[in-house]
Amino acid sequence: MIANLDYITLQQLWWVLCSVVGALFLFLTFVQGGNTLLWQVAKTETENALVINSLGRKWELTFTTLVLFGGALFASFPKFYSTSFGGAYWVWMLILFTFILQAVSYEYRKKPGNVWGAKLYELFLFVNGSVGVLLIGAAVGTFYTGSNFSLNDYNQVTWQYTLGGVNLRGLEAAFSLFNLSMGLFLVFNARVLGALYLLNNIELGSVAAMETRLRKAVWINFLCSLPFLLYVVGAILLMKGFHVDESGVVSMVSFKYFFNLLALPHLLIMLLGGLGLVILGVLGGAFKGSTKGIWPAGLGTVLVGLCVLCLPAFNSTSFYPSKFDLQSSLTIYNASSSQFTLATMTYVALAIPFVLAYVAYVWKQMDSQKLTSHEAMDSEAY
Amino acid sequence: MIDVDFSLVNWSRAQFALTAMYHWIFVPLTLGLSFLCAFFETIYLKTGNEQWKSITRFWMTLFGINFAIGVATGIILEFEFGTNWSNYSWMVGDIFGAPLAIEGIFAFFIEATFFAVMFFGWDRVSKGFHCFSTWMVAIGSNLSAVWILVANGWMQNPVGMVFNPETVRFEMENFAAVVFNPVAVSKFTHTSSSGFLFASLFVLTISSWYLMKGKHLEMAKKSIIVASVFGLISSVFVAFTGDEAAFEVAQKQPMKLAAMEGLYIGEKGAALVAMGIVNSAKKPGDDQEAFLFEVKIPELLSLLANRKPGSFVPGVDDLVYGNEGEGVMGVNAKMEKGQLALADLAAYKKAKKEGSDVGAAEALSRFDVNKDFLGYGYLSTPEEAVPSVPIVFNAFHVMVVLGSLFPVIFAAFLFYALKGTLTEKRWLLPIGLISGLLGFLAQQSGWVVAEVGRQPWAIQGLMPVKVATTNLSTTSVQVTFFMFAAVFTLLLIAEISIMLKQISNGPEGH
Ligand code: HDD
Ligand code: HEM
Ligand code: HEM
Repeated sequence: MIANLDYITLQQLWWVLCSVVGALFLFLTFVQGGNTLLWQVAKTETENALVINSLGRKWELTFTTLVLFGGALFASFPKFYSTSFGGAYWVWMLILFTFILQAVSYEYRKKPGNVWGAKLYELFLFVNGSVGVLLIGAAVGTFYTGSNFSLNDYNQVTWQYTLGGVNLRGLEAAFSLFNLSMGLFLVFNARVLGALYLLNNIELGSVAAMETRLRKAVWINFLCSLPFLLYVVGAILLMKGFHVDESGVVSMVSFKYFFNLLALPHLLIMLLGGLGLVILGVLGGAFKGSTKGIWPAGLGTVLVGLCVLCLPAFNSTSFYPSKFDLQSSLTIYNASSSQFTLATMTYVALAIPFVLAYVAYVWKQMDSQKLTSHEAMDSEAY
Repeated sequence: MIDVDFSLVNWSRAQFALTAMYHWIFVPLTLGLSFLCAFFETIYLKTGNEQWKSITRFWMTLFGINFAIGVATGIILEFEFGTNWSNYSWMVGDIFGAPLAIEGIFAFFIEATFFAVMFFGWDRVSKGFHCFSTWMVAIGSNLSAVWILVANGWMQNPVGMVFNPETVRFEMENFAAVVFNPVAVSKFTHTSSSGFLFASLFVLTISSWYLMKGKHLEMAKKSIIVASVFGLISSVFVAFTGDEAAFEVAQKQPMKLAAMEGLYIGEKGAALVAMGIVNSAKKPGDDQEAFLFEVKIPELLSLLANRKPGSFVPGVDDLVYGNEGEGVMGVNAKMEKGQLALADLAAYKKAKKEGSDVGAAEALSRFDVNKDFLGYGYLSTPEEAVPSVPIVFNAFHVMVVLGSLFPVIFAAFLFYALKGTLTEKRWLLPIGLISGLLGFLAQQSGWVVAEVGRQPWAIQGLMPVKVATTNLSTTSVQVTFFMFAAVFTLLLIAEISIMLKQISNGPEGH
């Protein structure tokens, strides 16, 4: 069956698959959001241990999803991988740094002889949750606002933005209100998810004060995310977009993404449905005493994420546009791997449901009992 | 097409080498220690003896400390292909990206998922499922090695692809050829078994220390028995697969082989240099001696390289300047062909742009004749095709000497441990104590042989490293280099300090 798929279908399929991985990653940033909540919601030693241990059992999953996102883009859209990673060098490097720091922090924070002290590792976690997520958001924002690169005949990238003689290699993305808003929205959304996850994962009986703080954090962070969300959605509806015509010529078209939404109504449904689910989860977690808010809010985040990643890729749009040289812009058709490679990888991708299934199974096995303060203070714990 | 800034290339190489070598401090331990934990836990499951559980948990703690930093260094490598080698990533992404993505899907998720069970599941899942999870982590780690080594094997011996002049890149044509690439197979078997070996040495090191201090004697002896059996089997396998790796190198990368052996002038029935001091002033084509001092074993190199006594093994000079008698084409001749290929590619691009289909077709058919020499077109001098002989030679010999030593160490430990006289062998314990360090040295040397030995190629014969880089400012790469060096060193210090603390606490520490 796969052998009969044509090239265009494969390209679209792989963009959707990459988007699914990216959207799942956005859901899993509850770990990052939780990292930034640590100092705010955990006031005692026990609370602190509960938060760290609860997140510490999931960080690998988030991290691995990020790795897979990178790997899948490399394999299916190598021109994007080389252009964006090589071009926007500093953005990616800084994101990576915040993730390296995080990776060891849970494991080392409390271990005797950790040299640098628990507070520094907690700071690493905070930086990962704030700067890391903000920059990822800004990078996603450039799918809409464009970047400053050009490609030569051999598809080699040159980055074309300098400030005071210094080539910022992508950091200039942070100068755009849109990109910043996207980043801040993700940061606050991650915090909402983090609080909802902790409510779900921890045995709250003995930490009533923290429960109150968590529920408050759900609501406050949701309110903080709103202005950025509204700005991002409003801007997407109104902004000019990067249209690609039949012969591959790229031009700016007014209300491009608005028309994309109309042309791709399922994305519109995902967006609205996703936002609705997030609100549902937030209300449940903040006011109804529910501990299950993470599930609707998480699913909602996945749906919104899918819409955000697919909207600039389909309907004759460039998903990684260049402001500097419109014609260098990347589309899922000119940036993909060969048909053979995409088809081969599609066979491999048949394993994804099994992977998801055992991840879910193990998650269920492990989380069927809530995390207790007894366990979190155990000498084996983080 | 290219305007190379050599300091940029060299800083990018340094950065990749730095991050890869840090990754390789932790990864081989992960590869082997995960299996050792699985063995210990299986014994616990079978015997129900709580002491085995405490042994399992002790080694698992060390495994966990090591694992975290292995993951941290790995993510950098994956993204570095894009950030620092973006031209490379585009040229080969169609082939090279797939193993990386498959690694993510198949291996990393297994590790990440079951890792949590292994560490936090003791009271949450059944004993059987816990043991299963430990096995899954071991299998998952070793699966991650498969795919990345398929990718690396392809760089050493590019197969299963065609060049597409339209997109200016290599495209995959035969997935099975990429996966079952003989170089990839020998790489995986050699590398994973060397990881088992290294982890076994690590267990010997710590256990020997306990025995010397007279602490935790029971656990140390039990650990030593399991580790020396595993290590002994692995070291035999390492030697066997190492021989296979050398044979593959001889067939696919003769220049690397010549550098490994410091062989400048090819011979029939070539001798293997068992030991030697390389003359570092020696240049290809001059008539200085290659060695200041050497001990040779006649005929052995021909046997190793071609599995045929008396066969011809080309030296550096033959490969650079050609040797018609033996049918070796020199780099000079290859460079001419490569330059033609590049010119025809440019002509093809130009004709396409001008809409001249006939011109394009003509250019393409000329290109096809020489396309296998594409990479040589970028070289400026024939001597550029020669890697650093002293580095490669020394690294190779360190690895092989140590590789011959390890089975002896394991056998001695196993023998005396079974006899129950290990604690009396005061001379043996210090050897055990330093053996982990020797294993580390062998590990790093192995990669230096493989990676420095393939210079100047990023992809053997097709793409030199200077074409593979991203067009960045040297300063940017210098800054990230020092950032990585600083961060990894700080983390390494923390890891070592935590490990030492755990070791001095011993298994009863929890
Ligand atoms: C404990 C570590 C260890 C030990 C004792 C040995 N090796 Fe090794 N060797 C490695 C660890 C290693 C490695 C780190 O795993 C490498 C690096 C790249 C690779 O494929 O494996 C390697 C590479 C490597 C290569 C280069 C492969 C290439 O360039 O593609 C050769 C020819 C050998 N080995 C041969 C040997 C021989 C003949 C040994 C004698 C017993 C030996 N090795 C022992
Ligand atoms: C230079 C190329 C390499 C890249 C791009 C790379 C990439 C990575 C990444 C991204 C991770 C983190 C995975 C996670 O999220 O769990 C990782 C970990 C790992 N890698 Fe590598 N890796 C490289 C070299 C190698 C080699 C040569 C091997 C084995 C032969 C290897 C074996 C492993 C293992 C076993 C892990 C598990 C964690 C640990 O190190 O303890 N890697 N690698
Ligand atoms: C983890 C074990 C590894 C170690 C210790 C290692 C070591 C090194 C070293 C020392 C260099 C510098 C060589 C030089 O510039 O002279 C290098 C370069 C490089 N290696 Fe590796 N390597 C490892 C695995 C890999 C793997 C698995 C891949 C690919 C899948 C890879 C890809 C590269 C690339 C792209 C460069 C930079 C370009 C170059 O200098 O050739 N390495 N590595």
